[in-house]
Amino acid sequence: MTGPEVETTYREAMRDAIREALATDDRVIVLGEDVADYGGTYAVTKGLHEEFGRDRVRNTPLSESGFVGAGIGAALGGLRPIVEIMTVNFSLLALDQIVNTAATLRHMSGGQFHVPLVIRMTTGAGRQLAAQHSHSLEGWYAHVPGLKVIAPATASDARWMLPTALADPNPVILFEHNALYGEHGSIDPVGGPVDITQAAIRRSGNDVSIIAWAGMVHKAMAAAAVLADQGVDAEVIDLRSLRPLDADTLAESVARTHHAVVVDEGWLTAGLNAEIAALITERCFWTLDAPVRRLASAEVPIPYAQHLEEHAIPQVDDIVAAVNRLVRDGV
Amino acid sequence: MTGYELKGIPAEACRDLLRDMIRIRVLEERCAELYAASKIRGFLHLYIGEEAVATGVMHALDSDDSVLATYREHGHALLKGIPATGIMAEMFGRSTGCSGGRGGSMHLFDAATRFYGGNAIVGGHLPLAVGLGLADQVAGNDRVTVCFFGEGAMAEGEFHEALNLAALWNLPVLFCCENNRYAMGTSLETSESQVDLALKAAAYAIPAWSVDGMDVLEVARATKRARSMITGGGGPVFIEFQTYRFRAHSMFDPDLYRDPAEIETWKERDPVVTFAGWAIEQSLLTGDDVEALWDAARDEVTAAVIAADEAPLEPVSSLLDHVTATTEEVSS
Ligand SMILES: Cc1ncc(C[n+]2csc(CCOP(=O)(O)OP(=O)(O)O)c2C)c(N)n1
Repeated sequence: MTGPEVETTYREAMRDAIREALATDDRVIVLGEDVADYGGTYAVTKGLHEEFGRDRVRNTPLSESGFVGAGIGAALGGLRPIVEIMTVNFSLLALDQIVNTAATLRHMSGGQFHVPLVIRMTTGAGRQLAAQHSHSLEGWYAHVPGLKVIAPATASDARWMLPTALADPNPVILFEHNALYGEHGSIDPVGGPVDITQAAIRRSGNDVSIIAWAGMVHKAMAAAAVLADQGVDAEVIDLRSLRPLDADTLAESVARTHHAVVVDEGWLTAGLNAEIAALITERCFWTLDAPVRRLASAEVPIPYAQHLEEHAIPQVDDIVAAVNRLVRDGV
Repeated sequence: MTGYELKGIPAEACRDLLRDMIRIRVLEERCAELYAASKIRGFLHLYIGEEAVATGVMHALDSDDSVLATYREHGHALLKGIPATGIMAEMFGRSTGCSGGRGGSMHLFDAATRFYGGNAIVGGHLPLAVGLGLADQVAGNDRVTVCFFGEGAMAEGEFHEALNLAALWNLPVLFCCENNRYAMGTSLETSESQVDLALKAAAYAIPAWSVDGMDVLEVARATKRARSMITGGGGPVFIEFQTYRFRAHSMFDPDLYRDPAEIETWKERDPVVTFAGWAIEQSLLTGDDVEALWDAARDEVTAAVIAADEAPLEPVSSLLDHVTATTEEVSS
């Protein structure tokens, strides 16, 4: 079903998705620090406690491990919790629950239990928040069997990936890049849930495949526009799903363009970018005209000073330069 | 032995309690032998000496109550209703095991009886109990979630987070601390600034008290009381059961940190032996009755061992099963 497109923001789209979930499924509850009166750290859940009550939009104390674990237990007990962790940085205090419990219960119990849970959190740098508030650790979660990991990068995906994630019988980690909340986009208000395991081609092109996710999708799109003026026709792939990876879409694209650049806001060493590069090399080795290139953050805790932070993170110019080198010089 | 002064306990109830303590004892002793024979591998933690706690608690619960335990959970699993065959086969790593051979000794699970493990991260399952309690509260279920953990878990942050949440939200959760005085080789005194564990739990504004965990009647009575406080919206309760493990922490532990005399002193209070003796003394049971219980338990466990030995292994082709669930699987 489709309807007339409406203009909205990423934040409002996510809120609409949560509102719909609360309105249509009694099992859905929202749990997290400051999700009620404060409105959520990034104002995503703003006002929902007034609509649905404080039992369903439930403030928790500062206890990431405790309330994530409670979300897992509530999912086991028949609810469909949406747990909000303020940011990926604080999710490290709940790693035990996510990795040791949510991801393992189904397997350890020989398939008897499942954990239908969505954990939302922001990720990413770019706001001069310095080293402890700027991590991009979604690749860590993508490493773990038993989890699904998604990263909507557009308002439309913010609206329509959540219902699919909530319908999934497994723990789904949903990353929202902090720079995207104000991002405008048009969405189909009755579009319906989307497949959360598939990458999306945001721009078709013939010369190079730029692979990105979350905040980097927008930089890749901006770079593609610059490259077009310079005579390079770039394809931009928004991964959307970090686990599982949509290897087919990647391979199909690279087989056409013969060049691949992976853009990751996380660090280079042992990053998700390495997994993607390896995957492309394995699948497309004989059709590649040049080595797969990776752009990632500098190997440093994210610095506070604006210019340093800018240099630490891949920027549009870096992508343009890397693509030009690759397609023109083959390096 | 205050609890044993309880008058008017019917012979039947007495027999049931003793039967279940004996079943655990026999199961655990057999596990030790099977470990020595390399039939059971991995980490194996025995509950010998602590039987009165699981037995007393389980007898005071409704069958619909949810239970979570640690890696020292064979007894809890057995009394929750997982057949010895399913437990033994799991420890043998067989496909008929209660976790399909994926879990082993530390991860016994059973959806049908609401037994949520078998959890081997110390303190990790306490938040889970909170969530199960929350789900019951939301759904209006009259059920209690019972969470067993060792005193070692009380030093973990997750203990504090979980108690705070349970109290704050007034959830139907019974926290059962099995204080056997040692977390591996670390004694309570060397790991907790406050060794009065009930006092510590009471800081979260929940009813909390300490019980003689070597006395099955005391355990059952305290649990009944706690359960009636919890149901109907009373909120969580914490009980510390003072007990002792007679064996080492696990099969890898040479037990260098305890004075053998201390172990012997506690063994004088062996919960199975003392309760059997009391029941005979009170003419609730005869010596023959007690012998019959031991025989029946041995038969039960022997049958489980034979079945486990004959059970098939999971095919390697199923290696990647049960990592994620499909919608069809969970709706069937
Ligand atoms: C988070 C965590 N840290 C350490 C361990 C290793 N470990 C396993 S059992 C144990 C002792 C726990 O003692 P206690 O909670 O008192 O339970 P008991 O074994 O005495 O029943 C330790 C330290 C673990 N499994 N999990």
